[in-house]
Amino acid sequence: MATISPSSRPSPVAGINNTPTRADGHRGNSVLDLVGRTPLLRLRQITRDLPPDIRIWAKLEGFNPGGSVKDRPALHMLQAGIASGELRPGKTILDSTSGNTGIALALYGAALGLPVELVLPANVSRERRQIIEAYGATPIESDPMEGSDGAIRLCREVLAKNPDRYFKPDQYFNPVNPLAHYETTGPEIWEQTEGRVTHFCATIGTSGTVMGTGRYLKEKNPDIQILAIEPDDAFHGLEGLKHMASSIVPGIYHEEALDGKIPAPTEEAYDMVYRLGREEGLLVGQSSGAAAWAALELAKTMDHGDIVTIFCDFGDKYLSTNLWAGWDDLPKRA
Amino acid sequence: MPVTVKIPTPLRKFTAGAESVEGEGASVGDLLTDLESRHTGLQERICDEQGKVRRFVNLYVNGEDIRFQQQLDTPVKDGDDLAIVPAIAGGRD
Repeated sequence: MATISPSSRPSPVAGINNTPTRADGHRGNSVLDLVGRTPLLRLRQITRDLPPDIRIWAKLEGFNPGGSVKDRPALHMLQAGIASGELRPGKTILDSTSGNTGIALALYGAALGLPVELVLPANVSRERRQIIEAYGATPIESDPMEGSDGAIRLCREVLAKNPDRYFKPDQYFNPVNPLAHYETTGPEIWEQTEGRVTHFCATIGTSGTVMGTGRYLKEKNPDIQILAIEPDDAFHGLEGLKHMASSIVPGIYHEEALDGKIPAPTEEAYDMVYRLGREEGLLVGQSSGAAAWAALELAKTMDHGDIVTIFCDFGDKYLSTNLWAGWDDLPKRA
Repeated sequence: MPVTVKIPTPLRKFTAGAESVEGEGASVGDLLTDLESRHTGLQERICDEQGKVRRFVNLYVNGEDIRFQQQLDTPVKDGDDLAIVPAIAGGRD
């Protein structure tokens, strides 16, 4: 019986079938191959009141396999540990995390066949802990009153009790964290904007994204302005972000490499998350709300240019948090 | 015996570094007003200009979220404790 080659006649839905699922049709033999090369999207709705010569672009890091920007440093730090021999069979991966790094370490630990233990504040969202457990990692809870600094301190104690058992990627102090962005995020933005980027602004948690991407972009064009977006106060609701003046300052953070900082208020960031969903069709997390708010504030000081910012993740895993389950909209208990 | 209020790290600049302070009042709202008289600036971090609790703040009386009770009208009595928990993520279960 003759078989019909799929290529022997044109598909009636050519152009639909042929649409790649990713901008560059990127595919892999392992989940490890799918990290990075995330899409860059121009925000057209929330920017409609800006002068036409200002464009704001968001790099959608939620397209990474673990759903966040943290896939890049997590994978790079584990690969560097394997290359140096510090991470090998018999070792357990340990780190403190407010969530996304934990998800990424849990995922890549699973993919590499290595156990993972993660210290996280007891008030991180329930979905985050469930995701970490779904990848087979073990969460260790720290005091919710002490935030991410409490998790850092507890992690140090766990490590000190059993130093030979663990490999600690230590995202706050590991130079491979910004290096991951220097080697991937920076070049991607340069290529995706065809070198037209004039401003790069990103939220800071460990500061790896802004440090590594910023260094790459400055090398390509020293005129590119590099700005860090941080919570406007020590007491804030922007998960994953750090208010540097009141925090344990990450060892990889070098403020002198920045051209400026943009303080972002939590409530404005939350309002921007709601706008991004309704106006741009993007359901994102709190930090992306802060990033978009800050990019718009930055745009108000300019008359032309291309601002690139990072949307660290999508918003699904925050549906149970104060961002959505706020004070106004909750069904009241009888 | 007054109500004990647990202060999270980022708000301890208003309490001279104290992890917990004491206050009085018939409700959580009264208690916050009482605290403000000795710890100026604390109340506006917790409540907005309209006097409502900010979206990213969680308050627990004896471990129970006041959002599911009578919010700022939730009654407190001597010996209770109020925890101000930064909702870095919220959803303590």
